Amino acid sequence: MLQIARWKVTLILLVVVAAVIVAVPNVFSGQTVASWPAWLPRNQVVLGLDLQGGAYLLYEVDRTDYVHKRLRTLVSDVRTAMLESPRIGYTGLGIQGQGVQLRIRDLDRVDDARQRLDDLRNPLDAGILASGSIYEFDLSVDDNGLARLSYSEAGLTERVSGIVAQSIEVINRRINELGTTEPSIQRQGEDRILVEAPGLGDPERLKALVGQTAQLTFHMVVSQISASEAERTAPEPGTLRLVDADDPELIHVVEDVPLMTGEDLVDAQAGFDGQTNEPVVDFRLTTGGARKFAEVTANNVGRLFAIVLDEEVISAPVIREPIPGGSGQISGSFTVESANDLAILLRAGSLPAKLTIVEERSVGPGLGADSIEAGRIAAMIGTVAIIAFMLAVYGFFGVIANVAVIVNVIMIVAVLTLFGFTLTLPGIAGIVLTVGMAVDSNVLIYERIREEFRQGRTAIAAIDTGFTRALGTIVDANVTTLIAAVVLFFLGSGPIRGFAVTYMIGILTTLFTAFTFTRMVIALWVAERRPKTVPV
Amino acid sequence: MRKLRLIPDDTKIRFMWLRRFNFPASILLSVLSVVLFFTVGPQYGIDFRGGSLLEVKPVAANYDLGAIRATLGQLNLGDVQVTEVSDPVAGTSVLIRIQQQAGEDPDAAQQAALARVRDAFGDTVEYRRVETVGPRVSGELAYNGTIALLVTIVAILIYVWFRFEWQFAVGAIIATGHDVLMTLGFFVVARLDFNLSSIAAILTIVGYSLNDTVVVYDRIRENLRKYKKMPLIELLDRSVNETLSRTTQTSLTTVLVLLALFIFGGEVIRSFVAAMIFGVAIGTYSSIYIAAPVLVYFRLRTGQTAGDSEAAEATGRA
Repeated sequence: MLQIARWKVTLILLVVVAAVIVAVPNVFSGQTVASWPAWLPRNQVVLGLDLQGGAYLLYEVDRTDYVHKRLRTLVSDVRTAMLESPRIGYTGLGIQGQGVQLRIRDLDRVDDARQRLDDLRNPLDAGILASGSIYEFDLSVDDNGLARLSYSEAGLTERVSGIVAQSIEVINRRINELGTTEPSIQRQGEDRILVEAPGLGDPERLKALVGQTAQLTFHMVVSQISASEAERTAPEPGTLRLVDADDPELIHVVEDVPLMTGEDLVDAQAGFDGQTNEPVVDFRLTTGGARKFAEVTANNVGRLFAIVLDEEVISAPVIREPIPGGSGQISGSFTVESANDLAILLRAGSLPAKLTIVEERSVGPGLGADSIEAGRIAAMIGTVAIIAFMLAVYGFFGVIANVAVIVNVIMIVAVLTLFGFTLTLPGIAGIVLTVGMAVDSNVLIYERIREEFRQGRTAIAAIDTGFTRALGTIVDANVTTLIAAVVLFFLGSGPIRGFAVTYMIGILTTLFTAFTFTRMVIALWVAERRPKTVPV
Repeated sequence: MRKLRLIPDDTKIRFMWLRRFNFPASILLSVLSVVLFFTVGPQYGIDFRGGSLLEVKPVAANYDLGAIRATLGQLNLGDVQVTEVSDPVAGTSVLIRIQQQAGEDPDAAQQAALARVRDAFGDTVEYRRVETVGPRVSGELAYNGTIALLVTIVAILIYVWFRFEWQFAVGAIIATGHDVLMTLGFFVVARLDFNLSSIAAILTIVGYSLNDTVVVYDRIRENLRKYKKMPLIELLDRSVNETLSRTTQTSLTTVLVLLALFIFGGEVIRSFVAAMIFGVAIGTYSSIYIAAPVLVYFRLRTGQTAGDSEAAEATGRA
């Protein structure tokens, strides 16, 4: 046990030196390290959101909202299909649960209707692994002429998955437009999107930009009624009732088929109105959109049209004259910032469905800096306390234990740096805890040596057997702790994972230092001094 | 240099005899803990209950906590708790807990509630931390936390069962179970927030407590082989006494660093660390006063001769 080959000594020292080299950039500030020449190690530990400040936002696709809106367009698609000549008569067209239902009047035409409805089932591209194609809707038609298009489970899942992918693209574009942070945007599970933005002072603006659906539509206004009137009367078919963004008492009754959507826009910029000097958003339409807009405005001079953003009417101007150029202006009660944000949203495109925040954790930069400071102070005080304690109890062997603990911490930092693990505040707690528990391996070894010596062995024999016996116990004891740490790592999330990472690494480095470093130092000491008594 | 000895050499404390006092006490307290946990219940944090937690720092130095309460009270947000916390590093700040808002879309309702809080405070406070967990996510977190706890305990037991005889595995279950139950009780009595990090604390305690227990068991196994004629009671007492110095010193170093974390580590991890300190203390107690004495009920040796061969089998490892 106490004979240790020269090559092993060299190897152990090499590992320790390598750890020091990898860990050393963490002592300096980010700017200092960035100015170092490229051949020096320059990687630093990645700090978690809780230490550098930032926002963790978990969004979920709002299925109910999506299904409702999708079925609304399906209703008008069904209507168009039935009205195609030759017309098929129907009654009771409307949304029922997760589907759209209607009754065909003329039972002779049911097969004809079935054919037309079948075209609306919308095959989805389910990827190469799927056998046959998945349809978004299932169609059922019974003998009494009752027809129903309803969402299939597979169809909805497939749609939601597509929505998540599409949303991630849109969010990426929006945040790039903002241009200040480098957030990570990832799919989580089936219907969730995780946005993590480090170092962000104010997550509110990010939330406003990411979470807004920003579905822009233009509709012709049929009439304007008060909220109380809207409560008393039933909506007419083919219209939508939308509330005014500024005045909750004002309800705009608009045609449900939009004249134009955000898709028809090529550009949007924030600007100022020439006369009132209020912030506005100027937009330009695609060639096709411009032609349509020119036609509609020419045919409807004197009528109102509503500019609708996410089901709210932001303004409803009168068409004073035909607008042929394909550009226009949205005015509303904007501030400079909100006009700017709307322009960004319109340029980046709308989200295919509403997203809701289901989990949010944001940390301001002040708390992040305080947490780093708190972790630093706690780690220093904890380490000093341990060093003093070990010196008081074990004297010279305590020095060895303390050097081992310091090597241990350096190795934890080196592993974190090397593999790019994120350091969180609970992670710092994990390191501090390792400091407390790493000396345990030394305590086990020393107490055992002491016991063996007191039972009458010579000093060297006591050290030798003490080591051998204690190492077995150290492995058994640490494996149980390691199991707990590994489970934490795989099942925990966010901060807990940060704790599990350092704790796990800490256990491994503890085993490493006990088996190599501590052993080596003591072996070298024994070879040098040939002690007659044990200093514990 | 005169060295410090916390535990004198050759202690001969009769832990086995002491069990007639501390076993009933431990059983009573464990049962009490379970009853407390399921009747009074811990103060569930937002991770498991849903809702929001805000840590704010008022901009004005001489702010009025009552005014903050009054401002929030006018917003009709249901149950709102306002507490002041102070910290040697970060100074004083105010913690605001807002219950999960009800409604057709609770997630959106919660965001709307937070927007109203921001409007009400305006620029008078700095937001240090905002955490919101919706009802679906909190349900999932609670489920995952429970699974994590069960998986860990089962995994560790399988390991102990492989490495030792079944009696030791049962002893380890009893000692560790005792620690988990007592910690649950501690969460109720100390009114600590019961969060995801509490599950992490319990898992770490499980790991620590078993670590301690395994060290004692290692020694028992070794002594069973070494002293084949020694009566079991005496052997167990001897094993615990021999490892007593190590057990207490390791607990002490661990508690030392945890104390540093508790005082200086910041509000964010304080309840996690508090639970850990309690857990380390109770884990140390259980590996001395419960894990070893409980083995006496499991017939480690059936008869003197038969028991010897069984003990030799049980200690196949050097």
